[in-house]
Amino acid sequence: MLIQRASDISSSEITPENLYHNRREWIKTASAILGLTAVGTIIPACAPTVGAAGEPQAKGKYDTTEKPTPFEDITSYNNYYEFGTGKDDPARNSKNFKPKPWTVKVEGMCKKPATYNLDDLIKGFATEDRIYRMRCVEAWSMVIPWAGFPLKTLIERLEPLPSAKFVEFKTLVDPNQYPEQRRSFLKVLDWPYVEGLRMDEATHPLALIATGIYGKPLPNQNGAPLRLVLPWKYGFKGIKAIVNIRFTDKQPVNTWQQQASQEYGFYANVNPNVDHPRWSQARERRIGEFFKRPTLMFNGYADQVSELYAGMDLRRYY
Amino acid sequence: MRKFNRWWILKPAVFLACLGPMVWISNQALYGRLSANPIKDITEFTGIWTLRFLMITLAITPLRRITGVSSLIRFRRMIGLFTFFQGFLHWMTYVWLDQFFMWGEILKDIIKRPFILSGMTAFTLMIPLAVTSTRKWIARLGGSRWQAVHRLIYFSGAAGVIHYYFFEKSDVRNPLAYALLLSFLLGFRAWHGMRQRALKLKPATRIM
Repeated sequence: MLIQRASDISSSEITPENLYHNRREWIKTASAILGLTAVGTIIPACAPTVGAAGEPQAKGKYDTTEKPTPFEDITSYNNYYEFGTGKDDPARNSKNFKPKPWTVKVEGMCKKPATYNLDDLIKGFATEDRIYRMRCVEAWSMVIPWAGFPLKTLIERLEPLPSAKFVEFKTLVDPNQYPEQRRSFLKVLDWPYVEGLRMDEATHPLALIATGIYGKPLPNQNGAPLRLVLPWKYGFKGIKAIVNIRFTDKQPVNTWQQQASQEYGFYANVNPNVDHPRWSQARERRIGEFFKRPTLMFNGYADQVSELYAGMDLRRYY
Repeated sequence: MRKFNRWWILKPAVFLACLGPMVWISNQALYGRLSANPIKDITEFTGIWTLRFLMITLAITPLRRITGVSSLIRFRRMIGLFTFFQGFLHWMTYVWLDQFFMWGEILKDIIKRPFILSGMTAFTLMIPLAVTSTRKWIARLGGSRWQAVHRLIYFSGAAGVIHYYFFEKSDVRNPLAYALLLSFLLGFRAWHGMRQRALKLKPATRIM
């Protein structure tokens, strides 16, 4: 298996510096070349400025030093099908979503099963900043400065039994708040949204429960009040608005696997060598960049996570 | 005074209307109103408009039959060529912005993925139609042969709808709506053709 490390390819090798920085500029150029522009007019772009929060600095050992995607892009371009299938639907339809008060039901093979108030569940956890790459299965990617705590910390608090081999998560079901859950004909997905991890994946130090981005509370469209972040896996593994955590000895069937098992597996590790049946995963478009860049094995986190999958046939366990 | 011919005005008006989608998307792009992933927006926009123009082109014949306004035929070639133009822009977004002219990769993609194959098929089938759209070509081929060639648009439409179906991750409502519309437009032709044949046969049977 070819494992490319993040450090092998610096961003300057991939994208010319001048193209890297301003997508409003290049989109103007691109549309001009495409012949889409009005003849001979140069219209100044009313480019909105980047989010108010200051530029986050890479500090921790898991932080990428790549330029974070603007707050405005992270919060306006989302896949969150409960709010609609368009990329702008989540931002538009989540304005009245209520992330507070919030309860999380913990069940299954653990010593602390109960229905918790979110505040009690995460009481005392120190919030950390983590700047992670996020790679969507649709072949685009972002760099997101998350705030949260390691999933491991939460799992330890819940004291899983030795028999627990997997942990399963579910998103809220509330047709009053989620327009797509009100639909009964030609449903987009079966609700609730379900995700799962092997116990060793869940307790890996990279696995994060996010409660914020850019130093602010997690916006509703990004999965408030708490969501999973697994930077070496495709974005759909990062389940949002979690209301249920269950410890089990059986491998959970996650939503997209159930929807199309030949296209989406349980593991969903970012892997440029295993294509999605309908499109290649070899390259990706970083939001804000013009040209595609190569996708890295485990999204550039191979050094940290590849031992989790040692000896596994990743073509079979995709 | 010569009788005022309203088609002289309508044709440029329809032409300008057909430019509408392009003007709109370039405006959105220029003012930075596209999403965080503008290339995907442009790809999807040009794709869906190719399909829409194709449906409008295919709707002209049924509309003529239903409304009796035969002059609608005057717009068919123009709208058909706009379909090809939209299709070309869509194809370019893939070849240029997505694959960056890596023809080897493109070829692999076509062989490997029905999603790409169906889109390529839909576009390729439009090329002979665009080429033979001139009066000269109609004369060269002769009416019935020309018409036979231009029936390729039915297959192009079907391939286009299949391509759209493959594109969606799970929300297939829109592709299904297009499939339904296409079936109606093609079904109307089949039904009309059968009825014409039945009408032609009737006097003959009466003689016997």
